[in-house]
Amino acid sequence: MTASPTVRTDPAVDPGPAVPAGAGGPARWRWAVGGTLVVLALAELLPRTGVLPSAHLPPLSAVVEALVEQLGRPSFWTATGQTMLGWLVGGAAAVLAGTVAGFLLGVVPAVRRATASTLDFLRPVPAVALVPVAILLFGTQLESKVLLVVWAAIWPVLMQVVAGLAEVDPVARETAAALHLSPAQRLRHLIAPSVLPAWWTGLRLSVSVALVMTVAAELIIGNAGLGKAVALAQDGGVVPQMYALIAVTGVLGVIADVLVRAAERRLMPWHVSHRAGIGRGASW
Amino acid sequence: MVIRELPSAATDLTEGPASDAPPRTVGRRRLRRAVVGTALFAGLPAALFALWWALSAGSTSFFFPPLSRIVDTFGTTWTPTRIGQDVLPSLVRLLAGFALAGVVGIALGVLIGSVPRLAWALGPTLAFLRAVPPPLLVPAIMLVLGIGDGMRITVVAVGCVWPVLLNTVDGVRSIDPLARDTVAGLHLSAVQRLRHLVLPAAGPRIAAGLEQALSLALVMVVISEMFAARDGLGRSILVFSQTFAIPAMWSGILLLGVLGILLAFGFRAVQRWALAWWFGATGAVR
Repeated sequence: MTASPTVRTDPAVDPGPAVPAGAGGPARWRWAVGGTLVVLALAELLPRTGVLPSAHLPPLSAVVEALVEQLGRPSFWTATGQTMLGWLVGGAAAVLAGTVAGFLLGVVPAVRRATASTLDFLRPVPAVALVPVAILLFGTQLESKVLLVVWAAIWPVLMQVVAGLAEVDPVARETAAALHLSPAQRLRHLIAPSVLPAWWTGLRLSVSVALVMTVAAELIIGNAGLGKAVALAQDGGVVPQMYALIAVTGVLGVIADVLVRAAERRLMPWHVSHRAGIGRGASW
Repeated sequence: MVIRELPSAATDLTEGPASDAPPRTVGRRRLRRAVVGTALFAGLPAALFALWWALSAGSTSFFFPPLSRIVDTFGTTWTPTRIGQDVLPSLVRLLAGFALAGVVGIALGVLIGSVPRLAWALGPTLAFLRAVPPPLLVPAIMLVLGIGDGMRITVVAVGCVWPVLLNTVDGVRSIDPLARDTVAGLHLSAVQRLRHLVLPAAGPRIAAGLEQALSLALVMVVISEMFAARDGLGRSILVFSQTFAIPAMWSGILLLGVLGILLAFGFRAVQRWALAWWFGATGAVR
């Protein structure tokens, strides 16, 4: 990651570890623009020249055309809104529950040790295992989507809070005890500096996991939203439209990541340098 | 998440018996530690299971049958024939896709991590592709490859290549500059550099990426089977719920959970073994 916190990189084109931030200067931007143009040209030319089957992998221009057409349709905006609703409700519930549970399980070392194995047993249970239960309980309503999202997205925040609490410096802990800090002071000066950065990493992962599970639920269960729209487009053979909708979810994911990173940089500029890599801990 | 504690030479040294204590107390202390450790490890899970068993014992709810009935159904549902037909194919697809993602992810990751210009050129593209939710690619891959094992394996590979790729890039890039310079002075071949410097140094990060990839692989294989399949674990569970075979459905969910746990624990065992070997073999470099 960045060598020093003062180096600023444009988050829009910074996929974390995939770009060496703080190195290269202007050369780096030339390569980024050039490389992206080459990729876009290939996406247009390979299907057009028949190297790739254009019936299943349409040229870029056809996808862009379908995207523009989609942007003019109310049904597209409805589907986008439904996906974002599930994403927000499920993600917020997961972050809230994960934070509370993380503190309850992590703040007392004995409780942390006693619950560690239970977390290890529960965490690998995949969210998709709950699909049948979600269908039985809630059908295609918003709740079934939210249930899957919460199960998948609660883990990054929960595990990060527990890990952050475990990493509170023992010397600082004793100092705080010697100074007779009040619980509020301890939270502000002892716990927060250690837990907040870890919590934020968990938040970022939870946000991206929540989007993935939202569209996965829409795809499998058939809740209204972009995932269902992609399945319908595939079913109806409108191939460019399917790719356009897939691209839109990708853009949603990029925007969310950029927002969370920007907020993190603003709120915790001191920590960016030793934060964990972007892909770490993402399991749904 | 924070990287799980990796076994290293340092922890091995501190694990040894405390040299100032007489041997017998050390043995007793170890025994006590083992007992306490087992109690801490198994205590709460066992208690929760017992609680579920007790609370659901008299359940008349259609959706939430008693655990005893689920366990009974487990035996009759997951017969060897059924495991051969539905569970093994899922596992084979999962492992094939995971292996493909591992090979591609590590190869590309080493390449991108070692050539900064390539990383700059591909950065924006990778950032966008990574943000696309992999489950959405199931319909697209189905279109290109049809409904078959090739599609399923590709879905798994595409879904779980990202953690491997990004962690490998990160691991390769964070190689100690001193070690890199030292090795450069030795005029090793590219293969030797890979074998003695790059892979050992990036090993722990690659392992962390592979661990995430494995849990994603299980999710992706189930999604691909639930979306469109003739067989497989995901498909079976969905059919059970659609035909209201509720205890069988719960037994399938349990099986899926157990598989997830076994994969996670199995990976950790392999990782401990592989990384110990790695660190041992590279003691001279590090």
